[in-house]
Amino acid sequence: MAKVIEGLYYAESHEYVRVEGEYGYIGITDYAQDQLGNVVYVDMPEVDDEVTAGEEFGAVESVKAASDLFSPVSGTVVEVNEALEDEPELINKDAFANWIIKVELSDKSELDKLMDAAAYEAICK
Amino acid sequence: MNKTYYSKLIFELSRPGRVGYSLPKNEFEGYSLVQLGATQSRQTKTLLPECDELTVVRHYTNMSNNNFGVDTGFYPLGSCTMKYNPKLNEELCQLPGFNIHPMTPAKYAQGSLKLYDEVQKTLAEIAGLSRFTLNPYAGAHGELTGLMVIRQYHMSRGDVARTKIIVPDSAHGTNPASAAVCGLQIVEVKSLADGTVDVEALKPLLGPDIAGMMMTNPNTLGLFETKIPEIARLVHECGGLMYYDGANLNPMLGVCRPGDMGFDVMHINLHKTFSTPHGGGGPGSGPVGVRKGLEEFLPNPKPLSNSPEGEGLYLRCEESSLGYISFFLGNFGIIIRAYAYLLSLGKENIPMAGKLSVLNANYIKESLRSHYELPIDTVCKHEFVFDGLREEYGGDHHSPEHVTTLDVAKRLLDYGFHAPTIYFPLLFHEALMIEPTETESKETLDDFIAVMKKIAEEAKADPQLLKTAPHDTPVRRMDDVKAVKEPKFTFKAL
Repeated sequence: MAKVIEGLYYAESHEYVRVEGEYGYIGITDYAQDQLGNVVYVDMPEVDDEVTAGEEFGAVESVKAASDLFSPVSGTVVEVNEALEDEPELINKDAFANWIIKVELSDKSELDKLMDAAAYEAICK
Repeated sequence: MNKTYYSKLIFELSRPGRVGYSLPKNEFEGYSLVQLGATQSRQTKTLLPECDELTVVRHYTNMSNNNFGVDTGFYPLGSCTMKYNPKLNEELCQLPGFNIHPMTPAKYAQGSLKLYDEVQKTLAEIAGLSRFTLNPYAGAHGELTGLMVIRQYHMSRGDVARTKIIVPDSAHGTNPASAAVCGLQIVEVKSLADGTVDVEALKPLLGPDIAGMMMTNPNTLGLFETKIPEIARLVHECGGLMYYDGANLNPMLGVCRPGDMGFDVMHINLHKTFSTPHGGGGPGSGPVGVRKGLEEFLPNPKPLSNSPEGEGLYLRCEESSLGYISFFLGNFGIIIRAYAYLLSLGKENIPMAGKLSVLNANYIKESLRSHYELPIDTVCKHEFVFDGLREEYGGDHHSPEHVTTLDVAKRLLDYGFHAPTIYFPLLFHEALMIEPTETESKETLDDFIAVMKKIAEEAKADPQLLKTAPHDTPVRRMDDVKAVKEPKFTFKAL
């Protein structure tokens, strides 16, 4: 059974946001990594790129498929997880610890439209 | 393998001034035919390799020795039907009478046109359909052509609202891809736990916007879809047509017919089911067949009889056709090979091909299920899918260190077998899809089974041996992703 963590915000497209102050750490959920199988490449945006809620910001490729990443929130990319460039499989080891991008949130009210852990767990069944 | 000649590029073997020829003295030194401007004439050296003849011969002979094909070894690549390509096919397609220009007037090409017509009639009988076009160049090209037939049919009735096509989640990736190229929107229908299409999940998807449904039978798990008559009835009731993906036609040969099951349009891969070359570019051939009433929509040109030109077959272009998908009559050399195969087997023996392919697949499946995880336990058709190694052989998916299907496939190369299809279909995490075909002997199957068991034992005893495989191939394990992301196409880029 896929792991779900309390206190994060979840999107239907299986991304999560972990909010710390003005910043959000965005990654894919444990359920998503489990569905994808061995991740072999993560296509990430660059620092200072703008991301928009509901729009594509990159892609994850596994041995099975390439899937677009959709940002659950809007904002500016302040950091990308460079460790994933050489070791994309870190996402399989721990999807919640290995976030993909860190974003300075431009509209915190967008978080209200996302799901909590219980609601997300329900759609993964 | 000779590493000196194989592992180096021809450019690395090059030595300045070395040649493999001797030309007569140039009598026109300094003479140029046309004075070209600076933009048209080369400003740098050509940088072609300079080698003696023997070096060139050894380089390419050693390289060709490292090719792998169905002529060199067992090739259990699931979904690809890598059956043997009889040498008789090659001999017959080289008959001088077939060596004609594609623009030869029909009057002087009656033999070739008759062959085309006999192949199309034979395929129509095998498929239980009315007429085939042999013009498409490959399987996916056939899928696109077949979907264009369906669209043309709806358009001809003024029914322009049918823009969606239903595709099962177990489908070949080419199905949604071809539908998208055809401008159709894809609606996915789920499979049941037994791997077949969920009829209850299909019902709410049907309506006046559905152009049709694409199905593969046996499906990509090698399982026979038993509910086709009901599915076909439901799709027809909503006004859609049924499309049959012929990729898995092999086990059905001479046993049952897509037309009888209710399919309206289908394609066949001659390079799978009818023993024409496959892999390394083929080329392929993807004939498309239709049921009675849809013939007029097939692509132009069509070799038809009863024409104003007189007796025989002449190329016709019909207004009601979907148009051209190729300018001539497909990959004709391949069609000749398929004809040779059809006549070699004959009507009496064609059903044996399908039955033996099913027997071979089940023999391997039952022999290996003790070591590999069999997710759906039933009689398969021409192929089947394992979900990786069994837990006790290091295949526990939940362990991050588990031995993967990729590791097993790479290790197989060390034993001289081509790897099966891996990570397809997507329904299972560690899919390993094996299709032996009917042309393999029991001895070959037994060798393969023994090696697969040995690999499972190795995975248990020494997982690292598999993780670092292959060990004995000319090139070791490659970084597939980097090769795609940072391809180097020229010697200079290295």
